[in-house]
Amino acid sequence: MANSESGQPLAVVPQVYGALWRGLLGPLRTIIQPAAAVIVALACGAGLLAFNGYEARAVIDVMVLGVFQDTRSIAEILLKATPLILIGVGLCVAFRCSIWNIGAEGQFYAGAIAATAVGVSFDGLTAWIYVPLVMLAGALAGAAWAAIAGLLKVYFRASEIVTTIMLNYIAIIMTSYLVTGPLRDAPAAYPQSARLVQEAWMPRILPPTRLHIGILVALALAVVMYVFLFRSTRGYALRVVGISPDAARYAGISVPRNIMLSICLSGSMAGLAGAFEIAGVTRRLFQSISPGYGFEGIAVALLANNNPIGAVFSGLLFAILRSGSELMQITAQVPQVLVLVIQGIVILSVVGFAVLRIPSMRPSE
Amino acid sequence: MAGKQLLLMDGIHKRFGPLIVSAGVTLDVEENEIHALLGENGAGKTVLMSILCGVLSPNEGQIVFKGRPLKLGSPREAIKHRIGMVHQHFMLVPNLTVAENYVLGQGSPFSMIRDMRAVHARILELSDRYGLDVEPDALVSSLSVGEQQRVEILKVLYHGIELLILDEPTAVLTPQETDRLLHLLRQLVADGKTVIFISHKLDEVMRVSDRVSVMRDAKVVRTVKTSETNARELARMMVGRDVLMDLPRAPLEPGRVVLSVEHLSCDSEAGLPALRDVSFEVRANEIVGIAGVSGNGQSELALALTGLLPVASGNVTLDGTQLAGLSSYEINQVPMAHIPEDRHRMGIVLPLPLTENVILQRFDKPPFSSRGLLDLNEITKQTRDLMRRFKVKASGPGDRIRNLSGGNQQKLVVGRELDRRFDFLLINQLTRGIDIGATELVMHKILEQRGAGKAILLISTELEELFTLSDRILVMYEGRLVGEIPPDRSRLEEIGLLMAGKSPLSAA
Ligand SMILES: Nc1ncnc2c1ncn2[C@@H]1O[C@H](COP(=O)(O)OP(=O)(O)OP(=O)(O)O)[C@@H](O)[C@H]1O
Ligand SMILES: [Mg+2]
Repeated sequence: MANSESGQPLAVVPQVYGALWRGLLGPLRTIIQPAAAVIVALACGAGLLAFNGYEARAVIDVMVLGVFQDTRSIAEILLKATPLILIGVGLCVAFRCSIWNIGAEGQFYAGAIAATAVGVSFDGLTAWIYVPLVMLAGALAGAAWAAIAGLLKVYFRASEIVTTIMLNYIAIIMTSYLVTGPLRDAPAAYPQSARLVQEAWMPRILPPTRLHIGILVALALAVVMYVFLFRSTRGYALRVVGISPDAARYAGISVPRNIMLSICLSGSMAGLAGAFEIAGVTRRLFQSISPGYGFEGIAVALLANNNPIGAVFSGLLFAILRSGSELMQITAQVPQVLVLVIQGIVILSVVGFAVLRIPSMRPSE
Repeated sequence: MAGKQLLLMDGIHKRFGPLIVSAGVTLDVEENEIHALLGENGAGKTVLMSILCGVLSPNEGQIVFKGRPLKLGSPREAIKHRIGMVHQHFMLVPNLTVAENYVLGQGSPFSMIRDMRAVHARILELSDRYGLDVEPDALVSSLSVGEQQRVEILKVLYHGIELLILDEPTAVLTPQETDRLLHLLRQLVADGKTVIFISHKLDEVMRVSDRVSVMRDAKVVRTVKTSETNARELARMMVGRDVLMDLPRAPLEPGRVVLSVEHLSCDSEAGLPALRDVSFEVRANEIVGIAGVSGNGQSELALALTGLLPVASGNVTLDGTQLAGLSSYEINQVPMAHIPEDRHRMGIVLPLPLTENVILQRFDKPPFSSRGLLDLNEITKQTRDLMRRFKVKASGPGDRIRNLSGGNQQKLVVGRELDRRFDFLLINQLTRGIDIGATELVMHKILEQRGAGKAILLISTELEELFTLSDRILVMYEGRLVGEIPPDRSRLEEIGLLMAGKSPLSAA
């Protein structure tokens, strides 16, 4: 309805700068804006550190150097990037359909629970069967968890924003219940599940680091989802539904079917991420198995303009920031609260810049 | 009347990437006149007016308003000087009321609490004064296009104007509504205001304007006094050749019954009865026109036939296949094509490129796709071809359709639908926003389809279009078909009476 023949967001910029911006920087904008977001965030972070009496330079040095120190630290980044990329790619699909799935965190937990249940249960399976089985369990559980919100939307018009947030709580609390009750490993002091059977562990690809095949799967799925969204007929239909449900109906495209497809795909990717976390890193289920990957995945997708290939890069970026902030805590002794604040600033500025860039997020359409 | 100059747009240049849409445009408007702006689709009329309103900023040029230069590229400046525009595509928020739309974006964001009663009073006062019939509490989404148009005009009046710009205001209006609008414009000029009026309908321009400027290829090529020209000459200035206003229509014997509608009833989206016991047939080689004041059930008829609105009772059969009760997906599989009424709501997906709009209903069929993947090369090729055949002006097949001028969007929709495989073609407003040259082209293509044995239902608020194309005209009033008239211009009065719900016999 709005701004149809006039869409020039930068009309307020004096014309010379406007022309310069569009003509010269236009093509570079996709790179410049995320970069600007990071720089702004780092500057804010540095200011905050200085204000609190830390040597900002030194802290950032520790961070930047430490992050890329050796193979192990790079492997750790990739390890963190795996769930972020998976979740981010999945959310790209949901967001392209205008399904605002805020429940990746819960879907991650659902996948982790299912992977644990399957991973502790069988004896005598070869890894060739067991590993895919665990992955499948995680993906299906994530999809099923997301499908609840999808069905509520399709049949009762319940906002998926609300239902997915509620489902997050349920999944997280259910995990607590399981590891303190039915799935609890009796001899352990902590509430945690038993260890997964060894054949169910994700094969490692860079020993002695913990890096496992999850990162390869994540990269492959990013490509698959890119092709799905922008080259396949089903992806096209999904995008049309996301932009204009009326046009979709006119074209004979089923709106409910695409809502279910997009939310289940994104749920399955989050569930798969949960399975990887269990079978690839922790090998047990415990209470707070996700350090907020599901929420950070939202920023990953937004920063990538809901483009699955872009989500690989933004996922990596967030993983680096995560590693950096850990180093800040451990090496530079910056208190965790401050680190969280800085992380929050990064996400805020990233999302802020994304809003500038993505027309569909602006008030005028 | 050689009036005082109010506005001078001087040497305006505007480019979008490589596309030049204003190439040194000069336009002068005198105080207290109705100045018509004519030009082919994509000539740059809307862009020029958006520049005047500060919505777009030009690459070069200046604007002088009341003897003083206007700051460019600032909508605030335009508002300050009381320049107001009613856009080609409406800009109202559908799920707010009329009054809420009026206060939207006014004043500081912190002055949230307003005296809505004063707003109401002012709306009613203005509505009374200009006879606009605007109800401040009505939800915008519940209004017909004609009503929304009046709401848009009143909105500009509400904010106080000196210069009113109307971008194709009559494209969506019925003749009666148009008369009313033209009368209103005269009233405004009598009140000391000035109007710039964009239209593709030359008779309106001849009737209402004082002067006319004609745009061609991104320039104003001439400005003339209306009293010193005529429609034929204006058409020639615009298109650069003579335009055949009347198309020859070969007499054809209608063939088999293709579409048959029996006792069709259905409710509107708002749940009110919209169609009541409608029965008619459309045969091969036949164009059946449906006339009526908009809002008398025509939209619902189109939606019910295409499965977008549930049918309450009755039958619809196409070549013997029962359509009533099928989903829009199932109906998409039968040989039917549909040019929808509101292209922005249904016909196109604004943020997508031309290519992805061309494949809208056929994306999963060959040649556009194979084994689940889109064939991008083929899609681009077909889009190019369609652009050429229907003279769609755009920078390329990858251009976003929202960047196209209104008429070019419509041409693309018409072309796309005619390219589908169909026996029955449903048209709800064919030439909405299309210039006279392109109207000739499109009408020609429709008659071609008639000659090729297709059955065509043409719903239109434009009697001229109905007379030119239809083999017979059905008149719709309050959801019923109230009469059938042959397309004979001498029966115009009779149609008018039927459309107003009066029986021609009792009136005679
Ligand atoms: N934001 C934009 N980006 C790129 N091209 C644009 C943009 N807006 C308009 N154009 C192009 O500028 C040209 C002129 O458009 P404009 O809307 O002014 O035409 P118009 O004279 O109003 O035509 P119509 O009678 O069809 O409404 C068109 O070719 C259109 O494709
Ligand atoms: Mg226009």
